Amino acid sequence: MIQMTGVAKQFGGVRPVLERVDLEIQKGEFVTLLGPSGCGKSTLLKLIAGLTAPSAGTIQVDGMTPGSARERVSFIFQDATLLPWRNVVNNVSLGLELEKVGHARRNKRADELLELVGLQHVSKAYPRELSGGMKMRVSIARALATNPRLLLMDEPFAALDELSRDRFNEEVLRLREEQKWTAVFVTHSVAEAVFLSTRIVILAPNPGRIHAMLPVDLPFPRTAALRATPEFDLLAANVSRLLRGAIAA
Amino acid sequence: MKRWAAYIGNAAAVFAVLLILWQAIIWIFHVAPYMLPAPSAVAAALVTRRGLLLNALSITAEEAAGGLAASIAVGIAVALLFAQSRWLRRMLFPYTLLLQTVPIIAVAPLILMWVGAGMPAVALIAFIISLAPIIANTTQGLISVDENLVQLFLMHDASPAQMLLKLRLPNAVPALFVGIRIASGLAVIGAITGELYTGSSRVGEGGLGYSILYASSQLQTAYLFALVAAATVLGFGFVFIVMFLEWHFLHRWHESARALEVD
Repeated sequence: MIQMTGVAKQFGGVRPVLERVDLEIQKGEFVTLLGPSGCGKSTLLKLIAGLTAPSAGTIQVDGMTPGSARERVSFIFQDATLLPWRNVVNNVSLGLELEKVGHARRNKRADELLELVGLQHVSKAYPRELSGGMKMRVSIARALATNPRLLLMDEPFAALDELSRDRFNEEVLRLREEQKWTAVFVTHSVAEAVFLSTRIVILAPNPGRIHAMLPVDLPFPRTAALRATPEFDLLAANVSRLLRGAIAA
Repeated sequence: MKRWAAYIGNAAAVFAVLLILWQAIIWIFHVAPYMLPAPSAVAAALVTRRGLLLNALSITAEEAAGGLAASIAVGIAVALLFAQSRWLRRMLFPYTLLLQTVPIIAVAPLILMWVGAGMPAVALIAFIISLAPIIANTTQGLISVDENLVQLFLMHDASPAQMLLKLRLPNAVPALFVGIRIASGLAVIGAITGELYTGSSRVGEGGLGYSILYASSQLQTAYLFALVAAATVLGFGFVFIVMFLEWHFLHRWHESARALEVD
């Protein structure tokens, strides 16, 4: 699904943000990019989205350039990034509207997604009237409304408290089970990475590069109970150790 | 609604106290009526000369509204242009500051000379004085869009037209209203200033600015006070209408409009 070869990114400065990244992501994977701040994990995500161009190397999404593959890709930002002048239902249907889908069809689709994320009761509310968690639900519904095959998520739950974050993680896996998209997820939380991923990519900073890769072979469906198992703890300890190595490197 | 009633009630109470103080000063110090007329004399002037007064008010209101409407239209157009390029902003923005800093009193006679005395000239002065805040605020609103929102639109391959109509323009509406609110007060001031120079085709009859000049030359101080009161009401009326529209369009989604709900 995604192929990155020798990808580097430099913003004017002397030190590149990313250096020689080779990464291949298969269809159906849930890959988490984990690393300390300054390791270029968000930049890597924006490169896959085609929101910024690499300074060197090539990126292919579904065999196309990231720019032309966008139709199948949705991006979920760190904060909900809603249009404050639109109510919930019109925020959810924004992507469809920009892609010129007819009024009736996009409203129907928006309603379906609001039901999926449990927000039908606030469909006419404006973002300022919603809590942080509800806004993030709207943002997820908006991203899924265009039927993406690839979902890029940039620390979407970083601003939430731990309990809500756990619940959101379970919900993301439930949605993935139903809709079968491939995911690239950026976080700095080890527990989140282990719980969600089929594979974790650990990045090292200065300059950003891949430090280690680790498959997560915990069985699906994963539920809250998984977090209390020894296998989960063992993996988390392993990832933490690798992460410390990445910071020291 | 109750809060509004209380708010207006308080304002009225303060006004009543001021009136009593005013009357008391006249009684105690025996001030001559042509220096400071009694509130009752002003009220009498308001009633007996209401025809002239309303005529003056409507002339000035029309000029100010015309100037304001033009500055909103032109201001938005210029802001749209400015939002297109940083280079254009750097080149031309200093000139909009010039619009704001040029002393309109000094320029007004020139404009009358060029355009000829009359309502169009006065509306033009109102337009000039009210243009800069609309350009400055709207430009700011158009260019200060959350970078993530821009990227969101890019992810959906939004066209430049979609970017403008569905992102930049709605994003600029609160700032536009701030600009219009400032401009509406200025337009009234501009219209009255312009009228100080235009004169009138009929002696004693013209806009508020002309009438103020006429009343002061005739030492009709009570009428002069009535005219000043009318000018104040006009300026307030303009700002109030703009604030109402601002609240109407923005209260559901924007903080600034909610701040208008008096606390």
